[in-house]
Amino acid sequence: MPILTSLLAGLVFGIGLILSGMADPAKVLGFLDLAGRWDPSLALVMAGAVGVGLLAFAIARRRTVSFLGQPMRLPTTRRIDGRLVGGSLMFGIGWGLAGFCPGPALAALGMGQVKAAVFVGAMLAGMGVFELLERRAAPSAAKA
Amino acid sequence: MSVDWNAFTPTAALAGGVLIGTAAAVFALFNGRIAGISGVLGGLLGPVKGDLAWRVAFVLGLVAAPLAYAVFASVPEPRIDAGWGELVIAGFLVGLGTRYGSGCTSGHGVCGLSRLSLRSLVATVAFMGAGFATVFVVRHMFGG
Repeated sequence: MPILTSLLAGLVFGIGLILSGMADPAKVLGFLDLAGRWDPSLALVMAGAVGVGLLAFAIARRRTVSFLGQPMRLPTTRRIDGRLVGGSLMFGIGWGLAGFCPGPALAALGMGQVKAAVFVGAMLAGMGVFELLERRAAPSAAKA
Repeated sequence: MSVDWNAFTPTAALAGGVLIGTAAAVFALFNGRIAGISGVLGGLLGPVKGDLAWRVAFVLGLVAAPLAYAVFASVPEPRIDAGWGELVIAGFLVGLGTRYGSGCTSGHGVCGLSRLSLRSLVATVAFMGAGFATVFVVRHMFGG
């Protein structure tokens, strides 16, 4: 059952990305181009998503297990450090260069877009480098 | 700044955002997890036993979303202006950066802001700021 809800969540997430315009890099860059002819649409994507999310997480926060009896694994880290900020800045530069963030790139991959496939390949390489660096830094520690 | 009202799609943006929020809500309330695409995907590269199936299911759902979307409406063709080199660099930065920063637009942006997490707010401001700055430099300083 959790596998099924996971599949469903991915599917609905992707449909939302396509409908909202997030899966179109030209639209995303139109939002990020404050100094040009600005397209404010994506601010509304965020507003719609966070609007529903606020309600959902208000409920989730009060529970120790999910509706399916799965343990609640919501983040507990509150640390704000160089890794968080540096990593996010690096991500933002990549996002601004191509107009893709991870979810939309996967959805565009599903449309058979070759350029999205190249982006996803490079993104997986970047994630792989992270895994290698982390393992080298702490060879014995099991990564969560 | 001038707003491009012709490109503005408030209804689709808001509706898509609500779907994205709903997907995150399903994932939190039924699976007890954060619908953060970079985390779900990155976890596949350093798999922990018994932790694989739900990740694969979520990613499959996301990639299959265009197929499901096509049942209801024609899938809008994304416009990807970035060249091959740009896509590789951008993808790598997004992959590495989201793993160091522990999240992307979905994990920090949608879910983190919905949880009222200060850590996610800092990350979101960092990657949005870097995205705005990158587009400014590419389009208005080097003339795109």
